[in-house]
Amino acid sequence: MLTVDIKKKLSDFTLDISFTAPNKTLVLFGPSGCGKTTILRCIAGLMKPDEGSIVSNKTVFYSSKAATHLPPRSRNVSYMFQDFALFPHMNVKHNIWYGVKTHSQQATDLYEKLITLLKIEHLPHRTIVQLSGGEKQRVAMARALMAEPQILLLDEPLSALDAQSRYELQDELKKLQEIWNIPFILVTHSPEEAQALGSEVIFLHQGQQVSEPPPSWYMNGNGKTPRSSFQYFY
Amino acid sequence: MVEWQPVILSIKVASISVLFVFFLGVLSAYVMRSIDIPGKAALESFFTLPLVLPPVVIGFLLLVLVGKQGPVGILLTKYFNMQIIFTQSAAVLAGTVVSFPLMYQSTKAAFEGIDKTLEDAARTLGASEWRVFWTVTIPLSWPGLVSGLVLSFARTLGEFGATIMIAGNIPGKTQTIPLAIYFATESNDLVTAGMYVIIISVLTFSIIFGLNHWKGKTH
Repeated sequence: MLTVDIKKKLSDFTLDISFTAPNKTLVLFGPSGCGKTTILRCIAGLMKPDEGSIVSNKTVFYSSKAATHLPPRSRNVSYMFQDFALFPHMNVKHNIWYGVKTHSQQATDLYEKLITLLKIEHLPHRTIVQLSGGEKQRVAMARALMAEPQILLLDEPLSALDAQSRYELQDELKKLQEIWNIPFILVTHSPEEAQALGSEVIFLHQGQQVSEPPPSWYMNGNGKTPRSSFQYFY
Repeated sequence: MVEWQPVILSIKVASISVLFVFFLGVLSAYVMRSIDIPGKAALESFFTLPLVLPPVVIGFLLLVLVGKQGPVGILLTKYFNMQIIFTQSAAVLAGTVVSFPLMYQSTKAAFEGIDKTLEDAARTLGASEWRVFWTVTIPLSWPGLVSGLVLSFARTLGEFGATIMIAGNIPGKTQTIPLAIYFATESNDLVTAGMYVIIISVLTFSIIFGLNHWKGKTH
């Protein structure tokens, strides 16, 4: 369980958001530039809010009152970046093992489990440039989960993929969340992605939570036809 | 008559200088990248100064600083009973100072070329700043660092102005190739001077050619 209650002044508006993320997939939905990524960066510790608090279970990640700001390495929060941020100078296996603190039998078992679940058993010795978009996404997912995080942050995880890979990976993300049972916080500006993955959705506009979804929520890709599956969430 | 001693000394001085330059250049570029202080631009300009100032001016300033009556010179004599003026250490110092901007600039450009998201990814995977530096920053900026290293080496090899000011021209002790060329020419020994010119030209050409070849292969 993660509780976020933060304020941060950005160039065009002030981010002011408060929410609780249970051990499910929480989607932060909003247009580009509404502060979604900033929220993820604050949770990960890559950015410092101006005030408020971020608490995961009983660990205080950030508190302006207590002047606490844990560095990213002490938060145990994995972050899957939009462009995956795989290390180009390491092969797939080294990428996946990067976040492992002790190379135990348990870690080896987890590694085997992950590469099987994500269907990347054939990739360990490939370099990153040899991977397709979908493979990169799977490797990034494996790397993020291999660090045994308490929370997983996903920044537009499927936006860089073609339709076929997106469809496959949506199902896998859901499955992984059920197995790991930790909060997955996913930001997206794609209604399709939000609806397919989110157990809960928070709508954002200029750094604030809004109760009504924006018009784009009801549109499909061409912005004209109303979407039919959104009722599922209400 | 060509003696090999200036050639060996030049290579020795350049090799030791680049060791210092490498650590100083990488350290300053890393610190400058990580901090945000007032006067950063001024400090940055100061670091580049040895590249644009005439080497003889650098030599003069170093002489004032580390000479017998200079503040650093006095301290060195008082606490370590040593003097670096007219020694090989002075030649190394001159080489280090004049080539520092090349290493600094190359490292800075290499660091700027790194996708910061990769360093952030390492941080979120539990890496300390030290581990991020060694496993992500350095490997990804390696081609730029090697360029800086090689250019600094070549620059130090050809150093004249600052070296003559603080290391002098003591044959067998501080006489490097450029000094040998100057003094051979002055004493009308054009054959020796010409031979040294050929040696240093071949040496620096090989270094730069080697660097370009390596870069061509790594890209």
